This record gives sequence, C-alpha cells and structure tokens, in this order.
Amino acid sequence: MSSLADNRLQAAREGNWRPRPLVERAWLRWALNAGALVYLVLVWFSVDVNWARVAQGMDRGLAFLASFLTPDFVSRGGEIATGLAESLTMTVTATVIGILLAIPVGLGAARNISPMPVYWVCRAVIAISRTFQEIIIAILFVTMFGFGPLAGVLTLAFATIGFIAKLLAEDIEDTRKEPLEAIRATGASWWQWIHYAVQPQIMPRFIGLSLYRLDINFRESAVIGIVGAGGIGATLNTSINRYDYNTSAAVLLLIIGIVLASEYVSGRVRRWVA
Amino acid sequence: MLTLKGLTKRYDTGDLALRDVDLQVPAGQVLALIGPSGAGKSTLIRCINRLVEPSAGTVTLDGRELSTLRGSDLRKARRQIGMIFQNYALVERLSVMENVLSGRLAYTGFWRSYFRRFPADDVRQAVHLLERVGLESMLDKRGDALSGGQKQRVGIARALMQNPKLLLVDEPTASLDPKTSRQIMRLICELCREQNLAAIINIHDVALARQFADRVVGLREGAVVYDGAPEGLSPEVLTSIYGEEDWNAAQRVEDDAAGDEAARDVDRALMDGHP
Amino acid sequence: MPLLQINNEPVWRQREPARQRLVWLGWFLGVCLFLFCARIVSDNTIWEFMTDAHIQAASLIGRMVPPDWSITASLLLPLWDTVNIATVGTALGVLISFPLAFLAAANTSPHPSLRAFALTVIVSSRSINALIWAILLVTIVGPGLLAGMVAIALRSIGFLGKLLYEAIEEIDTGPVEAIRATGARPMQELAWGVLPQIMPAFAGITVYRWDINIRESTVLGLVGAGGIGLQMNAAINNLAWGQVATVFVLIFATVILSEWVSARIRHAVI
Repeated sequence: MSSLADNRLQAAREGNWRPRPLVERAWLRWALNAGALVYLVLVWFSVDVNWARVAQGMDRGLAFLASFLTPDFVSRGGEIATGLAESLTMTVTATVIGILLAIPVGLGAARNISPMPVYWVCRAVIAISRTFQEIIIAILFVTMFGFGPLAGVLTLAFATIGFIAKLLAEDIEDTRKEPLEAIRATGASWWQWIHYAVQPQIMPRFIGLSLYRLDINFRESAVIGIVGAGGIGATLNTSINRYDYNTSAAVLLLIIGIVLASEYVSGRVRRWVA
Repeated sequence: MLTLKGLTKRYDTGDLALRDVDLQVPAGQVLALIGPSGAGKSTLIRCINRLVEPSAGTVTLDGRELSTLRGSDLRKARRQIGMIFQNYALVERLSVMENVLSGRLAYTGFWRSYFRRFPADDVRQAVHLLERVGLESMLDKRGDALSGGQKQRVGIARALMQNPKLLLVDEPTASLDPKTSRQIMRLICELCREQNLAAIINIHDVALARQFADRVVGLREGAVVYDGAPEGLSPEVLTSIYGEEDWNAAQRVEDDAAGDEAARDVDRALMDGHP
Repeated sequence: MPLLQINNEPVWRQREPARQRLVWLGWFLGVCLFLFCARIVSDNTIWEFMTDAHIQAASLIGRMVPPDWSITASLLLPLWDTVNIATVGTALGVLISFPLAFLAAANTSPHPSLRAFALTVIVSSRSINALIWAILLVTIVGPGLLAGMVAIALRSIGFLGKLLYEAIEEIDTGPVEAIRATGARPMQELAWGVLPQIMPAFAGITVYRWDINIRESTVLGLVGAGGIGLQMNAAINNLAWGQVATVFVLIFATVILSEWVSARIRHAVI
C-alpha cells in the first residue's frame, strides 16, 4: 500500500497524476462497466417501441400540454366538485385513522422500548403495508367492501400505518438515551415514561411526518378512484380515456394547487412547532 | 502595487462596513489588518477580489482597475490574487492533490479540469508546493481526513498554485491552536518573502501581528485608525482600535512570548486554560 | 407564566390559561373536521356491502391460499420488465432532474424566472402520481414498457429535483467562495465547489427513489404500461385469486430485495 502511495508521489513529481479511481481493483472496475453496458443492451432489446405509434401520439401529447392553457373546469364541474370533495374527506378521515393506528404499531416496532415478540409482529405489519402499492390494496378492499369511498379510506389508512409507524419507530430508536433512563429512574409507569421521556423528543418530527402523510394521502386519493375506491381519480381517468384533455388539465391543476397549498400550510405549521 | 482609494461598502441591510478606506501596499510587504470583530476586516479583503462588491471607491492592482471588471476579465484578475480562509474552505470530499490543483482552475479549461487532466507542469508545481508545506505524503488523503493545521497548509498551497502577486489572508489562525497558529503564520510569511509576494492578513491576535508583519493597519468601524510599524502599537493606539482595556497585562504575555521556547510554554498554558 | 394563583395557592400548569384554551379549541375543531369528513364518507358508502365483508374477506383469502405456483415461470419476464421500468425510469428522471435542481436552488440558479420555472416543473411532477402519468402516456405513446418508463421518470423528476435542490441549498458556501476566489468560471465553481458536496446526498436520494420506483412500477401494468401489473390485472379480471397471490408473493420478494439493496448502497455512500 505504501509503495503504491510512493509510486503515485513519484509519478506526480514527474507531472503524471490522475485521481484515484472510485473502484480500486481494475478487474472489478471493468466488470462493473461491462455489466452496465450489457444491461443497457438487454434493456434496449426488451423495450419494444412502436415508433410509428409514438410519432402518431406526439400530436396528442402536444394537445395535452396545450390543454393546460385552456383548462375546462365547467363542463364537468359537478363531477369534479363531488370527486374533489370525496378525495378531501377521504384524505382527512384516512389520515386520522391511519395515524391513530400507526402510533401503537410504531411504539411496538421501536427496538429500544418494546419486547422482542411485539417488535417482530409490528415490523411484519409495517413490511406488508409498505410493500404493496396503494392500488393493490385498494383492489382487495374494493373486492371485500364494495365500491365507494370506504374502501378508499381503509386503503389509505392501511398505507398510512406502514409509513408513519416505520418512521416513528426509527425516530424513537434515535432518541437520546439519557432522558429515557432519567425518567425511568424516577419510578414512572410505562405510560408516564412514554409521555415524559419519549414523546417530547419525537413530537415535532412526528407532526411534520403526519402533515407530509396527509399530503401523500391526498395525492394517492386521486388515483385509487381508478379501481373504484372513490375520489377524484375516477373523473380524471374517464376524462383522459375520452381524450377530454381540457377537463384532465383542470383536475390536474386543482390537484397541483391543493398540494401546493397544503405544502405551504405544513411548512408554516412545522416552523411553528419546531 | 495594490492601491485602494476611497473604498466604501454599505450592505443592503444599511450597515456601513467600510468608510472611505485609502491604502497602498507595495510588492513584498506583509501587512497585518487588525481590529475588533465587525470592524470590516473581512469586507475589506473581499472587496479587493470582489467576493463582495464595493459600493464606492477603486481597487487598483499593478495599474489595473479591478472594481469595474466583469466576466473573464474579473476571473483573470482574481487568479492573480490568492486567498486563504479562516475555516480553510477546502472542498472536503476532494483529495489534497485535487484541492491544491483547484488553484489552477482559472488557467484550465472546463472539461480539462472536469476530467482532472491538468498539465504536467501544474502537477509538478502542486507536488513541489505540497513538499514545501510538508504534506507530500498526504497527496491522496481526502480533505476531511486532515487536521486543522494540515488543512490550512493545503489552503496555502492552493492559493500559491495561482502564482499570485498578492495574497489575501482571512483570519488564518482563528480556528487553530496557538502553536499551530505560529507555524502557519511563519509559513505564510516565509513564502511571501521567498516569492516577493504582498500579503494582507486579517488577524485577531495582536501578538501574532506584531511578531510577523512588516506593517500594521488598524481598522475600527470601517475606517483606518492606525497605519504604521508593528512597534508603534502602544497601549494608546490599541485603545483607539479596540477600545478601553488593560493593555499592559496583554503586553506582558506578549513579552514572555518573545523567545520560541517561552512561546511554547505560553501556548501550553493557554491550551491548558482552554482545552 | 404557568405558575398561577388559585385560591391563593400556587398552582403549576403546563400552559397559560389563554394558550391552553386555544389548544383545546384546536383539538375541538380538529375532531369536528374529522367527524364531518367521516360523515360524508359514510353517507357515500353503501353499508349493505359491509354486512358480508367478513365473508367476502374470508372467501378471498381462502381462494388465495395456496398460491398457484404453476404460473411462476411465466411471471419472471414481466418481473424483469418491472425492474427495468423502475431502473430506466429512475435513470431518465436523474438525467432531467439533475440540471433542474441547479436551476431550482436559490444559490445556483442563474435567474429568478428560471428558478420559478424549475420549481413549477418540480411541484407539478410531484403532485401527480406515476399511475396518472402512465394513463396519460398510454394514450399518447401507446401501451408498453416505454409508457411505464417515461411515467416513472416524470414522477421521479419532482422527487429527485426537490431533495436535490434542498441539498444544494444546504451546502457549505466556504469552499464555493474559495473556488470562486481562484478565478474559476461559474461552471467550474459548480463542478469543483458544489458537486463534490452534494454527491453523497445525490447517490442516496437516487437509490432511495429507485427503491420507491420498484414498488410503483408493479402497478403500472394495470393501465397497460407494462410490467407485472399486466399479469396481475389479468388474474384479477379472471378472478384467479390463486394466481394473484403468486404475483403478490413475487412482488413482496422483489420489493424486500430492492429495499435491502438500496439500504446497502446508501450505507456505503454515506
């Protein structure tokens, strides 16, 4: 190793210097490069692009972009309004239920405060909730509970559990140990311990995460309607499939506007609680 | 060589950081700029290489007016002026060699610099400078693997890579322990003498200024209140720069610090006091 | 102060009375909002369906177990496509979001109007789910992997762009100033001063998004944008729940694997 450094210094004295490569072993470097190249070639052949179809679609793409300049809020105004109201109410309901359920799961999934069997059960719940896309869960819930916003609420609540519980558990695991020990040393009960030692340390971030999830749930509520779980997704899907891009643009602009507004509000709230 | 005339800086906040500063620095002179925090020392040297835009006044380097330059002319002027920073300002995730070679960026095209294809002469000079500051064995170390003193040496080598005519040095020792501070100051001054470089050194530490500088300029509230030899820094002068304080007590510590051996004792004592 | 005098006794409260009342009011309004929303949801729900939900659920699970393993082999190619959609989509997203982040970051943006443009692109991309992009792209470029890849890319731009421009805004300005002081041109300032500082964040964010994209790309097939979702959709439409279960198991395994890979890479770069 030191001879390598000496060689590099000697070479640099003679004016030859290159930075050290990211991967020191030459064969591995070449293997990685070659692997990437082979992968690109394989992907290229597995993507079967019908260029004629793409060229044809370009007009439609431009029409879609142009429709953002002429969004049509009116002709399907009724559907948009009910869809949006449903999305918003679903979002609020699902976020509240999801967070309430996520708190015990998150506490259970924090290694430093929970016993092993509980830890594994909670981790399994989190893994399942996080693996499956909201759409998949929505399909299952629609099959079980029928069409309508209830399936959507349950879907979003289920997804919220995995999201919040995982991050909550990580935050709890990152808390400083000294206050935990200090409160325990006062003879506090388990609940008092959680309330006085753990809660103050995680609260600001927890509020931030909850607001973030509210935002995500709203965005998701715009798609699960596609499979019949309520919300604005159904309206959006129909309008796109009918090539009624002016209505689609209106819905998308509304979604973007609401996301922007919620981000602004959550930024203010986060600054306020921090 | 460097002439400042009527240099004034008012920040957008309305704070007047420099008022009407006139200064002439001949080639090869090491000038220490002293003054309390907020006196405008940092602003002054940043106005010279235009990291801060002066509000009024002129900066002339070798007869060339700098305060109106734009674009590539400004960059060409900047490459004649090396700068050394308080917090070293190394790019910590780059290697020592890359940090030193970054001093040649203004002489190198973008793609050449992006792919690290520096001319052989630059590489030779970089190694030479690293040897001069005693870090040639650290060639491939990353910036964040170095100690404070080592980082500052790399910072010095980077500034000298520019083959500057003038060095701007911003609190080079503020983040270093007393012994390393002396070593760094000595190194900077030696290099200035070797290459006949002019240097403007912002410094908090009056003792260091007195020990190493050819000339001292005192700044208070953005205006020059003292300009003369280091020996002229009497308690009255220091009071005019810094305000009321028992300067004789400070004086005694500095007198003790005259000899190198004694200096080390003081350093140790200081470090014991503020570990 | 929270130390109050009640009946001449000092009493300590967590908050001042006015503030405490405000907190209670906040909770009250929050609960009302929730109940109001829940009421609307409930009004729009056909509760008759709920009465046999447990029977439906039991029969659904009954039909899913055991999974129909016979179709596993035919699912491997769609799975490979799914991973490709995520990987290529992420790569395209990176290519676009990287310059966009420099336009969007306050400290590197060349002009406020460009910054506003970049921020608009980022928020639009972020607000719209990959599946909606996919529906749209299927109508534009036709069904297939390409639509899926572009959909993933379009959704990733906002995510990557936002996290990346925040990383750029948080860099240490000292080294950038030092590079500028050497007389470097603006592009060199970015390449030598900014880029090395954001590299770890950049790698971490990219791998993180790739991991999310694997999940997202599993459902793109539902709308015809390629990948394993196509097979899932077919199985659901045929009510072949055994096959659906097989798809679920494969998705689960892939996602767990990708999460492991992403965690390993993030640990290595940070």
